[in-house]
Amino acid sequence: MPHDNHDTLSTSGHPYRKDDDTALSYWQVMEIAVRELLIEKGHITAVQVHDQINTMDARSPAHGAKVVAHAWCNPEFKLALLADAAQASRDMGFDIGPMHLIAVENTASVHNVVVCTLCSCYPRNLLGLPPDWYKSRAYRSRTVIEPRKVLSEFGVDIAQDVQVRVHDSTADMRYIVLPAQPARTRGLLENELAQWVTRDSMIGVGLPQAPN
Amino acid sequence: MKVRVHNNWPPGHIRTPAYLRGKAGEVERDIGLFNNPEQNAYRLPPQKSHLVRIRFTMSEVWGDAAETPDDVIEAEIYAHWLEPA
Repeated sequence: MPHDNHDTLSTSGHPYRKDDDTALSYWQVMEIAVRELLIEKGHITAVQVHDQINTMDARSPAHGAKVVAHAWCNPEFKLALLADAAQASRDMGFDIGPMHLIAVENTASVHNVVVCTLCSCYPRNLLGLPPDWYKSRAYRSRTVIEPRKVLSEFGVDIAQDVQVRVHDSTADMRYIVLPAQPARTRGLLENELAQWVTRDSMIGVGLPQAPN
Repeated sequence: MKVRVHNNWPPGHIRTPAYLRGKAGEVERDIGLFNNPEQNAYRLPPQKSHLVRIRFTMSEVWGDAAETPDDVIEAEIYAHWLEPA
C-alpha cells in the first residue's frame, strides 16, 4: 500500500527524491565560474542567460507538429520542407537559430528513424529537449544494428516490404521525420491534424496517433 | 556515385563513426561546405570540407549479421574521409 512505508514514500505515494547534497562536479564548477566571469566582466547579464533557458524550455514537439500538419495540408510547402526544412520552419515563424534541418518523408515503401550514435544530436531548436532514452547508449547503439527490433519495442512493426532508413546525425545536420498522414485523418483541419503528430513520430519511433 | 570511408583511426575529435570506417556506400546528397570539426574542436583555424550524406546498406555495414540486408543507414561524412570505391 502506498502509505505503508514512510521512510521511502511520500504521503502521496511517490518515492522521496534524495536531496542534492553531493559536491559539484568539475564541469558544474566550470559552468558557474565561466558564467559568473562573463557577467562580472559585462559580456552578458543574468537576465540574458535565463531568457535563453526560457527560450529553449518554450520549444516543444508542438512546434514540429505544426510544421508536419502544414506539410500534410499544403503540397507546395511539403516540397519546400523536403528541400530545406530549416528555411521552411523559419518561413512558418519558428526561431530555430542557425540549425540545419533535413526532413525525411515516410512513404508506403520507406520508414525513417533518427539517431545520433556519437552523442545526442537532436533538432532541439525546433522540438525542444530530447527524451532521455534518445541519449541512452542502448538506443544509440542498437538503432543502427537492429532498427526493426528497436522499433517493435516502441510498438512500431515495419512490414518486410518497407525499407527502414536509419539517419545517424553524425555532423552538422539535424533531422525530422515527416510521418505519413493517416488515411482516417483526411478532411481534418490543419490545427486538428497537428494534434495527431507526436514527438516520437517525428523521431521515427512512433506513428501519428489520435489525440486523447 | 559509390565511395568508401577511409579505414583510418587517428586520435582527436572525429565525427566519422567507427562502425562506418572502411565501408562503401552511395552518395545521397552533397550538403555543402562546413568547418572541419577535427580542427574546429581544438580552436585551430578550420578548413572547409564538403559534407556528404552517404547511404550504406545494412549488409555492407554488418555483413551476414545484418538484421535486414536491404535496410539502409545514412550518415554525414566529411569529404576528406572519402575515396572513390
